Amino acid sequence: MTGGARVALGDLGLDEGAVVALKHALRGKQPGDTLAVEGSHPALAVHLRAWCRARGDAVSFPAGSDAAAVITVGASHEDRWRDAARAGHADPMIEGAIDAHPPRAWGLAARGAAVEAGSPAFDFALVDRDAAWSDEAPRLYAQAAAAQWDPATAIPWGAEFALDGAVEDAVVQVMTYLVENETAALMVPARFAATIHPHFREVMQLLAIQAADEARHIEVFSRRMRLRRDAPGLSTAGGQASLKTLVDASDFAEASFLLSVLGEGSFLSLLWFLHAEGPDEVTREVARRAAQDEARHVAFGLAHLASHARHDPTLRERLGAAIERRHAGLQHTAGLNDEVHDALVLLAAGSMAPAALRSGTERVQRLVGEMDTGRRLRLRRLGYSDDEARALSALHTRNFM
Amino acid sequence: MNNSTLTLGAVAYDPKVVTIWDGFQRWFRAHELDFDYVLYTSYERQVAGHFRGEFTVAWNSPLAWLQTERVAARLGRAARAVAMRDTDQDLTSVVVVRADSPVTSIEQLRGRTVAVGAADSPQATLLPLDHLAAAGLVPEVDFAVRRFDLLVGKHGDHVGGERDAAYALATGAVDAACLIDGNHLSFSRDGTLPPGATRVLAQTAPYDHCCFTALAGDDDALVERFAALLLGQRHADPAVRPLMDLEGLREWRPGRTSGFAPLARAVARFGTIDAFVEELVAGHARP
Ligand SMILES: [Fe+2]
Ligand SMILES: [Fe+2]
Repeated sequence: MTGGARVALGDLGLDEGAVVALKHALRGKQPGDTLAVEGSHPALAVHLRAWCRARGDAVSFPAGSDAAAVITVGASHEDRWRDAARAGHADPMIEGAIDAHPPRAWGLAARGAAVEAGSPAFDFALVDRDAAWSDEAPRLYAQAAAAQWDPATAIPWGAEFALDGAVEDAVVQVMTYLVENETAALMVPARFAATIHPHFREVMQLLAIQAADEARHIEVFSRRMRLRRDAPGLSTAGGQASLKTLVDASDFAEASFLLSVLGEGSFLSLLWFLHAEGPDEVTREVARRAAQDEARHVAFGLAHLASHARHDPTLRERLGAAIERRHAGLQHTAGLNDEVHDALVLLAAGSMAPAALRSGTERVQRLVGEMDTGRRLRLRRLGYSDDEARALSALHTRNFM
Repeated sequence: MNNSTLTLGAVAYDPKVVTIWDGFQRWFRAHELDFDYVLYTSYERQVAGHFRGEFTVAWNSPLAWLQTERVAARLGRAARAVAMRDTDQDLTSVVVVRADSPVTSIEQLRGRTVAVGAADSPQATLLPLDHLAAAGLVPEVDFAVRRFDLLVGKHGDHVGGERDAAYALATGAVDAACLIDGNHLSFSRDGTLPPGATRVLAQTAPYDHCCFTALAGDDDALVERFAALLLGQRHADPAVRPLMDLEGLREWRPGRTSGFAPLARAVARFGTIDAFVEELVAGHARP
């Protein structure tokens, strides 16, 4: 018995907020404990009686006392919370904060919340820490959130330029290609953001902001596409077949590997190429903005796969097999379409002059070489040997993404 | 009756009734009691079904308890209150007026209009009207009664009648309204009645509400097992807590009949169940 517990309600009614004060005063009490209630609201006794009955508490109205009523805490007090479990810890850096196998019944609860026993189990697909979590995620999310930019103001849309008609067409074709690739890059993280256990909050947020980055890329590439032309260029079956394998990938690790490490890694080279070679200021700037975002996407893919590989020694082999499977599935498709390849050459050339085309062709060849070098570097960082990295990089889709 | 299945009779006053008893069925079966239920559209049909042996235990309103007890006595049988919710014990009803009403005593309701719930609602009609009658005001004679007869046969289980009565009070259509104490609080909290807009004029003596009812000699051992399992349910148990929350209780209590005395007095005053009892008894007396 915690003698002396009192709550003074003044003239506040239970229908006016007094229940908040009463609940606060009763919190943590044990069955049999009492709480003296002072108050002068005309319906206090009527309402206290009803309120206590519904809670399983007893109430009496002792005559000759300075308290209007005395509540005696019932046997089932706070039983709802008896088996509540703390869903890890809010701070991901605390030892044990991230559970290895968070129960599905923790559901959407904030990490660290006390979750009522009997909460419904959600059908999350990604529930294992080894596969889902990366210690880098909180830092990368903060970085991504700080680096958001506004497509309306970040790009010099009004910059004056006049391109040779064929070069403008080439830019439009490249933008057309970029938009469909960015669409795949949006759908993949968006899908995993919706199936990951929210216990891995920062990873979920990072996937969501990555999808938002891609939405912005789609926006600026579409806008550059339509700056001087009414319609986009061509979309090829081969290009879409390559992207479809990404959109269809159901395993988080395989999808991140193919999309972020290999695809977005290659795109990083492509976007910096467009920034350097772009024939107009708008093209150069949309490429630069997108490249900065892509660098984060690649960094996250690498960080989380490196951490996954540390916990699962079979992962590297599995990912290698995924590249081979994808290669086998795509080997009868055209890969990068001629239109995109030619458009890149022309875009770099800046004109149809023979010398310019020669130079453009050399630069696109150099780009393809840089992409391969970049992929091998990243594969090495995931622990593949030089030979493995060379072989796997060579199997990467000719569509780049 | 099949003596391995405990069949419950319940009145379908709301779609959630199916959710509740389906849930109880799963829970009882997990505790090795084969449990089933039949639903009735009114307590009168349920009480009649009980005496025809259509089920073993009735989930009865207090009025249905009195009907069952009365018929059983006439037929030489004994009815028993097996168990009830903690929230079925010691309820009160209140007669409320608008805060600015000139009415400050029951006597001043003379010549005015009082809103009540369904005609067969113990809490929103019979008990508060009996309270006023005991204070000297005869309903329909000394004051007008405005009934909100939603779903007669459900004995006021559906809260709609009380809500309509409260709304009639708030809008000035009547001078007073009769409600369970808890509904006065919840209507004031949910805005049906603006907070502070009403004043409690009178409060009835405490009374009891629903109870599980069995007839002695009907599968007594099975009924005992049913009651023991119920009384063992704990709000701490996440498997049963949602059902207890839906039924609105923290723990089950052994049945008691002392809390039905106020309603017995009210139905005696108003003759509420006499015809029904006579009809049912007559039906069973026929060869
Ligand atoms: Fe992108
Ligand atoms: Fe990306």
